[in-house]
Amino acid sequence: MSKLLSVEHLSKHFLLSGGWFGPERRLDALTDINLSVEAGETLAIVGESGCGKTTLGRCIIAAQSTSEGRVVYHPTSGGDVELTALSKREIKPWRQDIRMIFQDPMSSLNPNMRVFDIVAEPLRIHRICKGRELEERVISTLEKVGIPAEAVGRYPHAFSGGQRQRIGIARALVLDPRLVIADEAVSALDVSIQAQVLNLLEDLKDEFGLTYIFISHDLGVVNYIADRVVVMYLGHVVENAPTEMLFEQPRHPYTELLLEALPIADPLRRKGRKKEVRGEIPYLGNRPAGCPFHTRCKYAEDVCRKDKPALRPINGTAQEAACHFAEKLELKGAYEDAPIGHGVEASLDASRRPHVHQSGGDGSTAEFARNLPE
Amino acid sequence: MAENPILTIKDMSVSFSSPDEADIEAVRQVDLTLTPGKTLALVGESGCGKSVTARAVLRLLDNNAEIRRGSIRFEPEGQAPTDIARLKPDSLPLRAIRGNQIAMIFQEPMSSLSPVHTIGDQIDEMMIIHEGLKPKAARERTVALLDQVGIPGARERADAYPFQLSGGLRQRAMIAMALACTPQILIADEPTTALDVTTQAQILDLLRQLQADFGMAMLFITHDLGVVAEIADEVAVMYLGDVVEQGSVYDVFARPSHPYTQALMNSIPKLARKADRVRLSPIKGTVPAPKDRPEGCAFTSRCPYAFEPCPTIRPAQTDVGNGHHARCHLLTRVPVEEPA
Amino acid sequence: MAVETMPIATASAAIPRPRRESQFGLMWRRFRRHKLAVVSLWVAGLFYLVALLAEFLAPVEPSAYSARFTYAPPQGLHFLHHNEDGNWQFGPYVYGYKTEIDPVALRRTFVIDEAVRLPVSFLVESKPYRLMGFIPMSVKLMGVENPRDPFYILGADRLGRDMLSRLIHGTRISLSIGVAGVTLSLFFGIVIGGFAGYYGGWFDSAVMRVIEFIRSMPTIPLWLGLAAALPRDWSALQTYFAITIILSLIGWTELARVVRGRFLSLRTEDFVTAAQLDGASDWRIITRHMVPSFMSHIIAAATLAIPGMILAETALSFLGLGLQAPIVSWGTLLQDAQNIRTLATAPWLLAPGLCVVVVILAMNFFGDGLRDAADPHGR
Repeated sequence: MSKLLSVEHLSKHFLLSGGWFGPERRLDALTDINLSVEAGETLAIVGESGCGKTTLGRCIIAAQSTSEGRVVYHPTSGGDVELTALSKREIKPWRQDIRMIFQDPMSSLNPNMRVFDIVAEPLRIHRICKGRELEERVISTLEKVGIPAEAVGRYPHAFSGGQRQRIGIARALVLDPRLVIADEAVSALDVSIQAQVLNLLEDLKDEFGLTYIFISHDLGVVNYIADRVVVMYLGHVVENAPTEMLFEQPRHPYTELLLEALPIADPLRRKGRKKEVRGEIPYLGNRPAGCPFHTRCKYAEDVCRKDKPALRPINGTAQEAACHFAEKLELKGAYEDAPIGHGVEASLDASRRPHVHQSGGDGSTAEFARNLPE
Repeated sequence: MAENPILTIKDMSVSFSSPDEADIEAVRQVDLTLTPGKTLALVGESGCGKSVTARAVLRLLDNNAEIRRGSIRFEPEGQAPTDIARLKPDSLPLRAIRGNQIAMIFQEPMSSLSPVHTIGDQIDEMMIIHEGLKPKAARERTVALLDQVGIPGARERADAYPFQLSGGLRQRAMIAMALACTPQILIADEPTTALDVTTQAQILDLLRQLQADFGMAMLFITHDLGVVAEIADEVAVMYLGDVVEQGSVYDVFARPSHPYTQALMNSIPKLARKADRVRLSPIKGTVPAPKDRPEGCAFTSRCPYAFEPCPTIRPAQTDVGNGHHARCHLLTRVPVEEPA
Repeated sequence: MAVETMPIATASAAIPRPRRESQFGLMWRRFRRHKLAVVSLWVAGLFYLVALLAEFLAPVEPSAYSARFTYAPPQGLHFLHHNEDGNWQFGPYVYGYKTEIDPVALRRTFVIDEAVRLPVSFLVESKPYRLMGFIPMSVKLMGVENPRDPFYILGADRLGRDMLSRLIHGTRISLSIGVAGVTLSLFFGIVIGGFAGYYGGWFDSAVMRVIEFIRSMPTIPLWLGLAAALPRDWSALQTYFAITIILSLIGWTELARVVRGRFLSLRTEDFVTAAQLDGASDWRIITRHMVPSFMSHIIAAATLAIPGMILAETALSFLGLGLQAPIVSWGTLLQDAQNIRTLATAPWLLAPGLCVVVVILAMNFFGDGLRDAADPHGR
């Protein structure tokens, strides 16, 4: 695998004007972010609202200026392109390689343009083709994402949310990109539609050899789709690890907290009272000193309040975490055979369970299918 | 056996009329039961009628909606039963129930909290209006309540305006307001959808705790099967206005009996290792518009198992054991083998 | 057991029903639901038609006077006549006048004389004139058969000029000044508001402060001052344009705010970000993605600005500082109705006031309807 994109010491702060006379306040959205994206992988960036994941995505794609650090793109033709140093004109050719899929299928499509024109717009801007060739390329891209050719003359409002998201994906793919940033691309969709779009994203990845940066707050989806996961908290990367390692045994208490809070669609794995999940994300403006997570961390000690831990490989593995005690803590993972619940409370919860109707084996679709007409 | 139900919705249909289109039956012939101390989760995708059902209970529907048939029987202990479906909108008896005996919390707390009054004043007001408390006494109870819903520094926070609180605290404040008059039923309409996972976990915990303390019945509306599994005792799955399956949460998750419920469960990624990873099998197509709903089973157009009777004949409720039932022709066509 | 599975999956579920409607199509559909607005559209349209065809509709020149019929009351237009044979006869006519001497004031007054019937005919020959200034015509909509007979459907003024003709010509001036003023305001509003909204920064702040400054000035004295500064010897046309400019000097601020607001909110829309990420230039983003998205809002806002313009012109002219005498507008016409004595003896001079009220209400309802249709969730 080769490196496709690297983010080096990236920081972004916003200056909030304090009105005409008030002092300006500084809001650190991203602090010293380092990560790299390998060609062909799906890298997930997870975190709660306000953790900076969306800002990071927008900085990578240069929809937003950065304050410090650089984003370097490594094109197939060789060489390094420092995206953060390019002017608007200079960056234009690289916009073909790095594309974005938006969260809101309602607002990301221009309501006054027909679907055909929406997808054709990037081709026209980059003057890639016109006439019949343009038409064919647009229609074939739309068909790949599952929008039939006869629908291209319609306006976005005639489509359902899932179909609009497909159109948004077609717009991203029509330029034959290498890297696609999907910012909460399935969060606004209903479960069944979300599954369709996830499958579509997977298929397209194989077909076009894409690399994804998948920004999401949903750990279930991330576990399903990602090869590697970056966990962010208050503008910091707190953990960066291959998906399975992270879900098996997280190395940062915040990751554990997130996994702990994740509801699982199985009442038998109900976790009982989660006293562990406590506190709220501090307002970005008053960032705690030391480890950003220490205000909510149950393992926090004095050193956490003073020194900010650096992101480092844990025990020489591919798993990196930014926690002073990453090697020592035995944190709980999220897979089924991982220990569930906490002592007394878990057993209390078990007593709440009525006699479970355990008939018929695993009770899955397979059983149902047996009862089906052939 | 189980406690007597406090709310029984029987055969309820809600229709929306619009000036230039045919009437739309958003909810058709729904039967639901709420029991004190238990949580019924109403789950389904957007547009399935779950919110309409909940709002119908409090008669909070828009003017163009009408409960065409059925009853909503509200039987608090030691009181004569009332059929909420027969009460006049905005009549006195209805207002006596609404907010007092049946309370509701919403997805977006800002929509139910007034931005120009402090949290404390708003909760005081509820108690003063419904229970005739003196302002001083009301404030005492408000502070106790805010404390109970886990708002730190309750006495000071009572003087805060809603916009001064974070999303999670605001949700807590709204819950406190809903509980101000110790309602017997709490209707929660996607109360955690707008929240982050960690805040969601806290709110779910809180609701569970409060239910244990107050013993109220809860109708919990959500689209998230994970949340259902966390909080529900009973679950009813809705699709395009129909309750297609309902039963105890353990039964429904262990043996989903309606193709839609199964498909829904197969649509969410399992939390499994790469080796055990199965490709998602989503439901094909999209939810049809209510006016294109098949005459028979609403799921016909997307169901992989649909056969002759499905598009035309509406399946009846079939019991698959232990009070768990589903509306699917397959269940009556091929008898389910019940192992002894 | 082989139960047949019928292919149920119809294509209709996957493909939404075809609705090839643009945003304007949608807007129009929503607008039609607003009955009052539709009626208002008809009313306003009728007034603009009158303004357009003024020369053809007006029976006489607005300045044609006749000293014999000062303050003649309205004749009305009658269609059914009960003739001597006791039969009903159909055909338009007006009554003649007879003169009476008021015994107290010793003043000559006109009274309708029902004995004299003056038949009215449609499409009568007239002196040649040019419709809208360029179509040569010599036919008027209606007139009395004998051009020497009096024909004052809505009465006459101090100089015996026909109120109806003057009203029709006044409609043209008053309504056109509304449209011209709004057009000019719209131009300034879109350019200035657009720049402020798209680029933001210090320019935005500066523009907003200027707008606030202008809006904080009391408008009537400002107009009065500006209008009073106009040289007296300007021609009618020059005054007309000068007044238009004065009115739009205030009017653009409101529209600029609307445009700026739309730009600000659109700038953060995902589809605009998407266009930026496509590599589109600012010009392309503004003209192709942003302006079409708020055109309907702008049209609604502009429609709502017209009544203000009309009222402002009327007010200025009424006070004698707007348009001046030979020009006929609703404002200058109302100048004649300034004293109570004329009002008592010739209440028909208030007809222009009635027109103002009707048009303003119609334009407001129409504009409201448009706004609601453009932005159904905007309230």
